[in-house]
Amino acid sequence: MADVNRGNRPLSPHLTIYRPQLTSMTSILTRITGNALLVTTFLITWWFIAAATSPEAFATADGFLTSWFGDLVMTLSLWGLWYHTLAGVRHLIWDNGIGLEIHTAEKLGWAVIGGSVVLTILTIIII
Amino acid sequence: MRYLTDRKRATGMGSAKSGTAHFWAMKVSAFALLILIPLFVFTFGPMLGKPHAEVLEYFSHPFPAIVAALTFAVTMKHFKDGVQVLIEDYVHGVAEKISIVVMICVCYAIAATGLFAIARIAL
Repeated sequence: MADVNRGNRPLSPHLTIYRPQLTSMTSILTRITGNALLVTTFLITWWFIAAATSPEAFATADGFLTSWFGDLVMTLSLWGLWYHTLAGVRHLIWDNGIGLEIHTAEKLGWAVIGGSVVLTILTIIII
Repeated sequence: MRYLTDRKRATGMGSAKSGTAHFWAMKVSAFALLILIPLFVFTFGPMLGKPHAEVLEYFSHPFPAIVAALTFAVTMKHFKDGVQVLIEDYVHGVAEKISIVVMICVCYAIAATGLFAIARIAL
């Protein structure tokens, strides 16, 4: 009795059978942006330690970060940062049991997507 | 084969009871970052691409230096807790434990490097 059917139980339906939805996509994107920001952190740490080391080291790090490729990475990072920030706000709201109805959650999802793009453009203009 | 009842096999294998503390830690660091991230973006951002001397001068002021230091410390705390959940979801067994330990070490290393650099610039 104790060892009947171990490890061979039916699994609940997984990601593959679901139609992509705004709520699931914005959720996975939160995880992707959050973890991808490690790359940004590496680059910014390199920039700071280079600035603390010598003018030559700083020129290399700063040159990379302001090259076309560096600009691309930093712009994507900026969007990822704002996206993750707004998605985090959404979670802080949800944690209070507010805004969990599907239509509200989807509105918040669009607000996160739109808001992150607007904030990214605004930041680039200001900086 | 060992003769164990279902109950006996399950005892002690449940939750570690640390989930609430982890959830709360994420909330606290998230709230702190909500304040820190805009401050960091608008202090670090304008310095990107500036001459070396100007960067050193700017980050020797208390406000930008403290914002940068706090951002390093709190982001890495938040990342350490967040990446742990990511690993727990997709990696299992020994690889899971090794990945979590490695990522925690990476986070502490980044935080230490960033704090050292800012201290050296600011002091």
